[in-house]
Amino acid sequence: MSTDNQGILWEVFVQPKPGKPHKHVGSLHAYDKEMAMKAARDLYTRRQEGCGIWIVKADDVISSQSTDAEAFFDPADDKIYRHPTFYKIPDGVKHI
Amino acid sequence: MNTDLYTYCLRLGDNGLILSHRIAEYCSKGPHLEEDLAITNVGLDLLGQAESFLKYAADIKGGGLTEDDLAFRRKEHEYLCVHLTEIPNIDYAYILARQFLMDVYHFYLYKKLVAIEDPIISGIAAKAIKEVNYHLQRSTDWVIRLGNGTDESSQRIQEAFYNIWMYTDELFETDDIEKNLEKKNLGVTSSSLKKDWEVKVKEVFALAGLSIPSITKHSLGYGKYGIHTEYLGYLLAEMQHLNLLYPDAKW
Repeated sequence: MSTDNQGILWEVFVQPKPGKPHKHVGSLHAYDKEMAMKAARDLYTRRQEGCGIWIVKADDVISSQSTDAEAFFDPADDKIYRHPTFYKIPDGVKHI
Repeated sequence: MNTDLYTYCLRLGDNGLILSHRIAEYCSKGPHLEEDLAITNVGLDLLGQAESFLKYAADIKGGGLTEDDLAFRRKEHEYLCVHLTEIPNIDYAYILARQFLMDVYHFYLYKKLVAIEDPIISGIAAKAIKEVNYHLQRSTDWVIRLGNGTDESSQRIQEAFYNIWMYTDELFETDDIEKNLEKKNLGVTSSSLKKDWEVKVKEVFALAGLSIPSITKHSLGYGKYGIHTEYLGYLLAEMQHLNLLYPDAKW
């Protein structure tokens, strides 16, 4: 394999079924949008993984910093009541 | 046994089989990871198509013959692939040039085969046309990219087309077998594909800024009649050696 510049890094999201949200499946290198789309099809949808593809440039993804993790996420640790798990579900109610 | 149909299926199957083996040889050697996987996928699609055609050929011949027997246990002159599928992987320009010319050919071939009366061949073609449609999009994209890329890329893809162009003549070679089958609507004559093939190739070459080479004829014999280039024997030696070492091995 060449170690030359292999293009821009892209992040790939695949929709498993119509109506379902696109999920991140991985990344790839390509020089432009068209090439990225073909490569995504070949890399990530050959085994019936999906029916739709979204691709974004990795540079355009805004990600949180691991140094912020304490301030961002730890405060939620002792607030499990933010999940509605303390309600009694009446018998016969389905799909909750 | 319908020997015309048997021969026709071998030709269809062998084109895919030998081309897929050439692509398999290149596995892990692609210019970059994504492209390596993509071209190998194309090879696997072709192998699947070949398996279907060879299975049908084996069924026509009968006597317990299988697609594996046909793929791995024939002698060189019993293979009926066109010369274009046999040429070695000289570099990626040659691989893409070969692929593009075969993709255009397969696209128009399967488009016609979908409509013939033989339900098995038309069924295989209906499944294959979706795959080939994608192969053609891919190789077209690359030819245009390389043609319009750097001076070196356009010069190398042009040179590859120039050096393999003589093998394109055979794609449209038609004999009585094809004519007989076409009359019964069980197959198509290769010559009937030439016009569409040329229009498409010219269109892509124009977009890529490439020129169409003028040499066509190169040989007195053709692969589809069992007369091959020197390259096929070496390919078969490698492709068949495992089967020779371990006949009927299972895993």
